[in-house]
Amino acid sequence: MELDPLLLSRIQFAFVVSFHAIFPVFTIGLASYIAVLEGLGFKTGNPVWLKLSTFWTKVFAVVFGMGVVSGIVMSFQFGTNWSNFSQATANFLGPVLSYEVITAFFLEAAFLGVLLFGRDKVPPGVHLFAAIMVATGTFISSFWILAANSWMQTPAGFELRDGIFHVTSWSEAIFNPSFPYRFMHMGLASFLTGSFVVAGVSAWYLLRGREVEANRKALSMCLWLILFIAPAQLVVGDFHGLSTLEHQPTKVAAMEGNWETSSNVPLLLFAIPDQEAQTNHFEIGIPSLASMILTHEWDGVVPGLKDVPREEQPPVAIVFWSFRIMVGIGTLMILVGLTGLALRRGGRYFQSPWFLQVLRVMSIAPFIAVLTGWFVTEVGRAPWLVYGIMDQAAAVTPSLTGGMALFTLIGYIVVYAAVFSAGVYYLMRVLYVGLEDQHGEEEHEAERPARPFSAAHVPFEYGDDDHSNPAKQGGH
Amino acid sequence: MELFDLPLIWAFIIGFGIIMYVLMDGFDLGVGILFPFAPSEEDRDTMMNSVAPVWDGNETWLVLGGAGLLAAFPMVYSIFLPALYIGVFLLLAGLIFRGVAFEFRFKARTSRYLWNWAFAGGSTIASFAQGAVVGAYIQGFNTVDGVFVGGALDWLTPFTVLTGLGMLAGYALLGSTWLIMKTEGRLQEWAYRITLPLLAAVLIIFGIISVWTPFVDDLVRERWFSNLTVIWVLPVLTLLCAFQIFRSVRNRLEGMPFVATMGLFVTTYLGLVVSRWPYVVPPEYTLWEAASAYESQLFLLLGLLFVIPIVLTYTAWTYWVFRGKVRAGEGYH
Repeated sequence: MELDPLLLSRIQFAFVVSFHAIFPVFTIGLASYIAVLEGLGFKTGNPVWLKLSTFWTKVFAVVFGMGVVSGIVMSFQFGTNWSNFSQATANFLGPVLSYEVITAFFLEAAFLGVLLFGRDKVPPGVHLFAAIMVATGTFISSFWILAANSWMQTPAGFELRDGIFHVTSWSEAIFNPSFPYRFMHMGLASFLTGSFVVAGVSAWYLLRGREVEANRKALSMCLWLILFIAPAQLVVGDFHGLSTLEHQPTKVAAMEGNWETSSNVPLLLFAIPDQEAQTNHFEIGIPSLASMILTHEWDGVVPGLKDVPREEQPPVAIVFWSFRIMVGIGTLMILVGLTGLALRRGGRYFQSPWFLQVLRVMSIAPFIAVLTGWFVTEVGRAPWLVYGIMDQAAAVTPSLTGGMALFTLIGYIVVYAAVFSAGVYYLMRVLYVGLEDQHGEEEHEAERPARPFSAAHVPFEYGDDDHSNPAKQGGH
Repeated sequence: MELFDLPLIWAFIIGFGIIMYVLMDGFDLGVGILFPFAPSEEDRDTMMNSVAPVWDGNETWLVLGGAGLLAAFPMVYSIFLPALYIGVFLLLAGLIFRGVAFEFRFKARTSRYLWNWAFAGGSTIASFAQGAVVGAYIQGFNTVDGVFVGGALDWLTPFTVLTGLGMLAGYALLGSTWLIMKTEGRLQEWAYRITLPLLAAVLIIFGIISVWTPFVDDLVRERWFSNLTVIWVLPVLTLLCAFQIFRSVRNRLEGMPFVATMGLFVTTYLGLVVSRWPYVVPPEYTLWEAASAYESQLFLLLGLLFVIPIVLTYTAWTYWVFRGKVRAGEGYH
């Protein structure tokens, strides 16, 4: 069988970028949460806020470290596997991606060290300022990355000369049509991810009766946030969808599983899209609802996949089902927020084991929602890399062979499996050890600058020195 | 409109970034290469502690270099990475393993030997891959219309294997002289002992490379044997640095061996640069041909001019904070 370097490169990119994406989406939300905790601690002087902040800063350090490690690979992927694309788009993507890198460095150099290691070294106001700057920095980082991605989805502010993109307007290129919606959508997704992870972990601690006061406060905050942000995400997502309908109608057609352009299009709850036959099997839908959602009229016209030649259609089933999973999880999130509100009077949600169990399970939900959301937008623009201008076949490295691509694909899977199972395992250890007895550790860390993981002081193995014996954690 | 020769400015920035990376990540990779041969596990703790506070700052130069190349010299980026495809993977895999080993080895107990191997193996593979990349650059690339058309293993030749080994020996030398400066007692004594054999290895391998290089490419030969005799000062300086390492180790000086080793790297690097200047994708493309659009280079330069001084200040501050000797059992942990 002939190995296809294009297909293998797509799989490889999907693999490394999916792996990478889960870390920043969490750190962006968590950084803001830490800044809020620091702010509350600074304002009220209640030590419980600082206790929470200290603990979640450790988690932040480990996740941030994993994000940086997986991000290094990303910055070389464009060149190794998509060199024609890199060459053609470098005038815009080069500076934009570099700005992301220097933002991250600036952040790490100036403020991350203070946040992670400076609690006892700098005045509380400076520490709070560092926390706010780290949170701001994560947003600036995502600003650049999403500007780059959005430009590939809805290219603007450029002209093509000899197959090379030249920027004619930086503001039009950066603030391209899909950028504002994508940025809002991802920002809220980060907040939801942070909220659900903190809520889930706090719920788990409450189920075990650990650090009840602090974890109740954390859970209460998260439930308020979820109550407002989960529905807001639905609204922003709707606007994002309308923008996609305008600029990338084929993607919307794939999301809806709609083959023929027509009015009164039903909202499909279930279907098995069949790309071969260009139709769906086993459709179950609500009449005219897709038309209503997308055009705000019952008999509105929704574009169909058959408007474009078959080779310009994305893989419909992946887009169709990823979209349903994402929306399904979003709906669950809204329900969790409302349930939290219903149980709020008298603090009943602290005492209801089933609700705490639900929260514990839901802590993984935002990651699935984020990944499937990215599947929708990335797979949905196939076969285009720069939408409507450069397709994947034209973008791939010409000298790449199937064997080379397979070698590195397997290689990255092995490396990531080894490194990140260690990372996730270690993160579980940090959570297991928990908020208790964090004092006395800071002293050893006197002058350590930014080495993210080292902000967490938890031994690697289970054993005689977990939280029941904190004295051993400090020193080596 | 084109007020400045921006490609030239960018060539200096990226050239500066490369030598910063080589010097700074060089000594911590070197410590990794020497890791398995250390006298004891306690010494390994000290070795790792001596580089633990600074290694990740050192590696940021590599990421900045990757992104900066895409922005300023996209042709270099989109020819080198496909041409060095397998090598780049090995480099990244090596760096990831040793990076994670840094974080977990200190926290591990029963699994410590695994992280030792990850650290030493990752450092060795990454160093060799970097040396092979340099060799591949000297060899030049098989391109048509600015696109790499060669094979997957073009970069792996006897010549690049030799440059890979040269890099291993060179980084090990940086590592051993770093340890002389940063440690004391038995570990320092060990570092003194291995430095001269390492220096001999470096001189032999670098010597073979220097003799071989003019035969790899005609332009390099012309450059060195034409009327541009002033560049011969560079190999002379390299030899002076080597002599200085020899002398300072014999006299048991502590800081000088490391400083002289850095000098040896800088002069060798400059020798390499003059061999190939102004070709950035040998044998065909100069830095002006490989550059991105003027407005793109300008757009990024504005941000970089703001950030580089801050990164340099922070770097200097970090090294200042961690100045002096690292003692056993008195790590940063």
